[in-house]
Amino acid sequence: MAEHITLALTVNGQACSVQVHPFARLLDVLREDLRLTGTKEGCGEGECGVCTILLDGRIVNSCLVPAVQAQGSVVVTVEGLAEDGRLSNLQDAFLTHNGAQCGFCTPGMLIAATDLLNRCPHPGEGEVREGLAGNLCRCTGYVKIVDAVQAASGKGATR
Amino acid sequence: MRGHLPACEIQVPATLADALATLAAEPRVWTPIAGGTDLMVVYNAGHLKATRFLDLSRLSELRGIVEDATSLNFGSLATFTDLRECRAVHQHFPNLVKSARVTGALAIQNRGTLGGNIANASPAADTPPSLLAYGAELELVSIRGRRRVPYDRFHLGYKQMDLQPDELVARILVPKPVGRSFHYFRKVGTRQAQAISKTCLAAYARIEDGCVAELRIGLGSVAPAPVRARHAEAAVLGQPLAALSIAAAREALLGDMSPIDDIRATAHYRSVVTQNLLRQMLRELVNT
Repeated sequence: MAEHITLALTVNGQACSVQVHPFARLLDVLREDLRLTGTKEGCGEGECGVCTILLDGRIVNSCLVPAVQAQGSVVVTVEGLAEDGRLSNLQDAFLTHNGAQCGFCTPGMLIAATDLLNRCPHPGEGEVREGLAGNLCRCTGYVKIVDAVQAASGKGATR
Repeated sequence: MRGHLPACEIQVPATLADALATLAAEPRVWTPIAGGTDLMVVYNAGHLKATRFLDLSRLSELRGIVEDATSLNFGSLATFTDLRECRAVHQHFPNLVKSARVTGALAIQNRGTLGGNIANASPAADTPPSLLAYGAELELVSIRGRRRVPYDRFHLGYKQMDLQPDELVARILVPKPVGRSFHYFRKVGTRQAQAISKTCLAAYARIEDGCVAELRIGLGSVAPAPVRARHAEAAVLGQPLAALSIAAAREALLGDMSPIDDIRATAHYRSVVTQNLLRQMLRELVNT
């Protein structure tokens, strides 16, 4: 049986190639093989959303994606949101509106909200709540996160 | 953190024919994987015995939603997001859109597939009640050919299906409603998103001359598999809307369910709440 596969993918604009177990979780490939530890692990079963990344332009729970299915894909993690050291508008809004407390859910929240703003530039509160429904936060009570996303809306998630 | 991963073998067939040849050559050896949203949960927990996987996710033959004059034909790899984004699904099958919207949340909906929802055979899956209500038919494929099975005869028991080891669910065919149609879907979970249902009821009805001319009700989480509520349907079918006996239908519904106690709800809760969903559905039907 094949122990490892060569996984080639583009992460935050950079082409990468790693030797991994074919069913390694994409989450582990990112964190352990590529040392991109911004993406967190929470429940490990697709319930909490802290491992949310963009895979070929769609948000996914990276804990549920086997490496073999990420072959040739384009991935964006939280590390890919800032450009040239400048935070995205959305990241700025999270700072301004105190959208992060302990911060553990924040990478997943930022990715899910970036996806929402890309699809829906002016979301109402209900649309923000639905867009982030797969991302749990145990600190903020969500209000400040919703405020931050709506503050960033209209400006676009990225600069 | 990464745990120990047992050695495993993955085939990534380029064509459906290749996938079917693999299944036929070594039946029961290869476990199909599509979106992985159910399978990877079990795998990550270390509870999956399978070590050989057949990755269906790149098979273009199993993609797409095709509309013709009388039906919509869903590739089994159609994701919940595909359902939500398809205008024809909104137009003809609002219950399927509602089912897709309450399946996990967006990150799950982007990966999970309609075919996977069927073949994973969870009694708590959210699209099967709607597919039952709409009278869907499955097209199964193997190297021996294709055959069609009415969806309401596909689930035979808990995780048991009319699906041979060399077969895959290829397409899901759903006839378009005609005439004056009525649609109802409601899932009861602990919260609105990311919940596994405690009970779920989907219904489709056609009204003709003030009477219930056609009615199908699909139930989730109240039996070993998704089921039609045939007793409740029979209590209502053919009746004039003005004289529907909701009490009789509620009573009949008890014959359609065999709920159990589990971590999500008690059998009693499921039974009463499903009856309440039926009442709500019938009240809406009467008031249409």
